Amino acid sequence: MKIFGYKVPLMSSLLLWGLLWEIIGRSKLTYFIPSVSEIFLTFLEIYKSDAFVQASTETAYAFFLGSFFSIIIGVPVGILMGKNKIVDDILLPWVNLFISAPLSALVPVLMILFGFGMKAIIITTFLFAVWIIVLNSRAGVMQINRSLVEMAKSFCASNIDSFFKIYFWAALPEIISGIRIGCIRAVKGVVIGQLLISIVGFGALFELYSANFLMSHFWVVIFVLFFMAFTLSEILAYIENKLAYYASNR
Amino acid sequence: MSGIVKVKNVFKNYGKVEALRDMSLDFPQGKLTSLLGPSGCGKTTLLKIIAGIIKPDSGEVLVNDQIVKGPGPDRAFVFQDFALLPWANVLRNVAFGLELRKVAISERESIAEKYIEAVGLKGFEKSYPHELSGGMKQRVGLARALSVDAKVLLLDEPFSAVDEQTRRKFQEDLLDLIKKEKKTFIFVTHSIEEAVYVSDQIAILLPRPSRVSEIIKPTNLKNKNPENIRRDPEYLDIVDKIWFSLKTYVE
Repeated sequence: MKIFGYKVPLMSSLLLWGLLWEIIGRSKLTYFIPSVSEIFLTFLEIYKSDAFVQASTETAYAFFLGSFFSIIIGVPVGILMGKNKIVDDILLPWVNLFISAPLSALVPVLMILFGFGMKAIIITTFLFAVWIIVLNSRAGVMQINRSLVEMAKSFCASNIDSFFKIYFWAALPEIISGIRIGCIRAVKGVVIGQLLISIVGFGALFELYSANFLMSHFWVVIFVLFFMAFTLSEILAYIENKLAYYASNR
Repeated sequence: MSGIVKVKNVFKNYGKVEALRDMSLDFPQGKLTSLLGPSGCGKTTLLKIIAGIIKPDSGEVLVNDQIVKGPGPDRAFVFQDFALLPWANVLRNVAFGLELRKVAISERESIAEKYIEAVGLKGFEKSYPHELSGGMKQRVGLARALSVDAKVLLLDEPFSAVDEQTRRKFQEDLLDLIKKEKKTFIFVTHSIEEAVYVSDQIAILLPRPSRVSEIIKPTNLKNKNPENIRRDPEYLDIVDKIWFSLKTYVE
């Protein structure tokens, strides 16, 4: 964007919105919206506190484990589904069922199965992320150029070689975009899991702050979560972009 | 001259569509045989059956008197759409056939470099396929097929995705290559001129039901200077003759 011939840096529109927020906050229109500066000061005040550090590490732990398992399980399963008709026929109905299902409704069941703790949250995160990763990896494999498969075959490629040297790479752009969407869903999963179970991580903080009407504290947690999800998504989008050079030339 | 590749009574159906019916054909060693015909005559199917990529419904293919059961190191395939790995540079693409055969990296790269030079791509080793023109991509495909040192090279309309000028240059280079490499080439094309220009033997395939209608062997063209072939009376006569026999099959 350009204003009066000057190139305005990306996302500077956020400053404008921030300013508007500050005005609303300072005018004390409503108790629920503290000013941005107040939220920021609260952040500086609490980010070192034990409760906040513990909530962050717990959230990060659940998020990374959930995402990690959804990737190392989702990608190979998706590739196998794309390669093999029988595997696809067996698994696709389930994947389609779960990707459209309101997973939050499953969390109470998960709590009963895995207890009121970290395990249930990790599994919730996993369930939020894994299906889209499976579907994208599958789609990546299914659009593979048949000639590449025949080429590998004509040079007597082993199954393992064609899996790792052809299918994986040919599907990589779709896999990465699946992982990006999956990780965004994992953030939702980790937050929803924590809110419903609400004795660990940011869920516990939400509960604590909102019950005590600590609005600026409450907003800090929201800002931190939004910022984390956004940064993560941007990093993965950057990697996705790096692969675009061959995605359009396959 | 004995046939190094022999196709014997091959049948192949795709569902109800008859792609090949009782096809028998011999390919002499060290020569270039073209499979020429209108679309739908099963020429690419036949080539892929020889490659072992597709299995015939019945009948058999012999390469060096061995029955073909699948792809093998005695054959290498050049694809119509190049089939290059878009994520790998020219050097890795050319060496990829050897990589799949577990040849050590230093050895396969030195072989690949030799063939990259032979097809005229020296200096492009580190380029990626999307940085190359169609003609250059097919040179990569050709170098990859040459570097595995197979006795039989199978080319599926290799120049059809390449523009006319590049194509002519490519055809001249191919004649040169055939002389040097002493391999057996099986070449699928739908261009009459191309088939007559490059071939020692042309098998005319006709569709519905697909069959070999005749085999034409230009006698004198190979001894001529490549630049004069297109003006040679024999070349022109054969092109005309093939056109008359194919004409009725073109809608």
